[in-house]
Amino acid sequence: MDAKIQRTEIIVPSPAARLKEGFRKNWYKFSRNKLSIAGLVIVLSIIVVAILAPYVAPYPKHAGKFVDYVNANQGPSAAHFFGTDNFGRDVLSRIIFAFRGALLMGIMVLAIAVPVGVFFGLLAGYYQGSFLDTFIMRITDIFLSVPPLLLALAIAAVLEPNLTNAMIAVTVMWWPWYTRLVYGMATSLKNEYFVTSAELVGAGRFHILFREILPNCLSPIFTKMALDVGWVILIGASLSFVGLGEQPPTPALGQMVSDGTRYMPDLWWMTVYPSLAIAVIILGFNMLGDGIRDMMSKGEHDRG
Amino acid sequence: MSKETDNILTIENLKTYFQVGKVKGKTVHVRAVDGVSLSIKKGEVMGLVGESGSGKSTLAYTVMGMYPPTEGKITFKGEDISAGSSRRPLDVKKDMQIVFQDPGSSLNPHQNIKQILELPLKVHGIVKKEEMEKRVTQILRTVELSPAYMYKTPGSMGGGERQMISIARALATDPSFVILDEPTSALDVSIQAKIINMLLRLQEKNNLTYLFITHDLSLMRNIATRVAIMYLGKICEMASTHEFFETPYHPYTKMLLSSIPVVSVEEEKLRPEKVTSTGEIPSPTNIPTGCSFHLRCPNKMDLCTYDDPVMTEVTPGHYVRCHLYNKEEAGDAV
Repeated sequence: MDAKIQRTEIIVPSPAARLKEGFRKNWYKFSRNKLSIAGLVIVLSIIVVAILAPYVAPYPKHAGKFVDYVNANQGPSAAHFFGTDNFGRDVLSRIIFAFRGALLMGIMVLAIAVPVGVFFGLLAGYYQGSFLDTFIMRITDIFLSVPPLLLALAIAAVLEPNLTNAMIAVTVMWWPWYTRLVYGMATSLKNEYFVTSAELVGAGRFHILFREILPNCLSPIFTKMALDVGWVILIGASLSFVGLGEQPPTPALGQMVSDGTRYMPDLWWMTVYPSLAIAVIILGFNMLGDGIRDMMSKGEHDRG
Repeated sequence: MSKETDNILTIENLKTYFQVGKVKGKTVHVRAVDGVSLSIKKGEVMGLVGESGSGKSTLAYTVMGMYPPTEGKITFKGEDISAGSSRRPLDVKKDMQIVFQDPGSSLNPHQNIKQILELPLKVHGIVKKEEMEKRVTQILRTVELSPAYMYKTPGSMGGGERQMISIARALATDPSFVILDEPTSALDVSIQAKIINMLLRLQEKNNLTYLFITHDLSLMRNIATRVAIMYLGKICEMASTHEFFETPYHPYTKMLLSSIPVVSVEEEKLRPEKVTSTGEIPSPTNIPTGCSFHLRCPNKMDLCTYDDPVMTEVTPGHYVRCHLYNKEEAGDAV
């Protein structure tokens, strides 16, 4: 027996090697579409620029309380690439600082909405047919039946207008989508034999929900998250456009667009550049999201 | 024979119905298991055969507690376990395991083999954390797999290997009773033989009791000590393997045995008289009155259309549920 054991070669790849292998495979899937790489580049540059805003913005002071009527209403020039607004503040600097709020919005909303939504989805799906299921899913239905932007507007309007409350509003309207997504998967997964096996051997509910069912839901969740960041930012910009987001003088993309509309078309740069910034950030996240979806999808042959 | 060994599992008049809907205000049930009584002795390999839809898997799942029984009693080692699996004590769960038919869906694709095999060990606190890896290696060896499988995922393995992992998982808790629900029907023939041999070896080594479910009668002949045959949720005939194949009584058994394809002359000799099979198994939502087999039975009598026969011990240990062998009643009917 001993001799036999020694002969058996145990080829156990080290965790680092397995991680590297997985990374290589995923990068291959991701990078096959050049748009995904473009998305990644856009998103990474926006993140870097937003983090280093005080150092990269040409006029960091213009993001706060600042007035300079001498240089107000100037069109794009070498000194002010995107021009200056009616208070003489540099539009480019304000856009760079506004990215911070936009990114924070996208990250925080999903960081809260996704775990909450997923948890309720798992619970309702696993206890399908029980009172808990009915309770959770009917509440979800109520949230989903109201148009999302209206719901967010209503919640944000009730609360004091600031970035935190805008995030709360968007979070409240966002979690039911994840509940619905996970619910559908959990109801079918709970009947898989591997879940039954775990139940029969006596595993706890925590194990079944989070170790058996959840890992099998992760890739659609991540895909949806990647595609959702852009939309969250858009909803955030919409709220800030109607004055329910970050309050002046702190810049926010929607708020800048809204301010600029009063001076259209003379001071067009006040509106056009923040709008473009919104478009670029959402485009970047959506292209990145597509790439992540490609990376997560198991089937290699089901796409053209 | 029954006095020599104790019954490990006793099923009394077990019924499992599923509600499938309502027709004209009346609830329609699928009577998947409809009054099964069965006892399995320690150390035996009980073969349970039947056509698709005869309720053999449902019977197994009910015994495991996946479905609550509609009626009846299940006793395991003297303990009443008729309640669903969530209300069973942990040591019963440890002592009773099941291997499912489909190795594709019985292993979590997002876990590696180590994680899969660790679960029963963790739940029942069988080994300490530090010894886990050693124990998993040991378990893999019992099913003749190399420890290199530990970090593989089920997706990167073949069906036969996956089924071995399923068996390894079932045996990880060192159970005394294992239900094998068609463990080889999804595999190709060469692997089937390997797995069957391994199962038998493990049975001998660990003194296991099997309830082996299959629809392959020739397989039964080679591995089972006793065979029970199910038709529409009821057991038709139950006998030791030798008797079952040599002197089948029930017309359904005769029909099935004569439909086994044979290759050699010796096998041909073993065949009972030729009975042509007719018809198909009726829907379990609409079970015929009387004997459920009377629609297809070549020996049908008037009695069979309205009276359901009861299980009778024709010769010691050989039970048949058929009016032909129910002497007291048969006298009146003929």
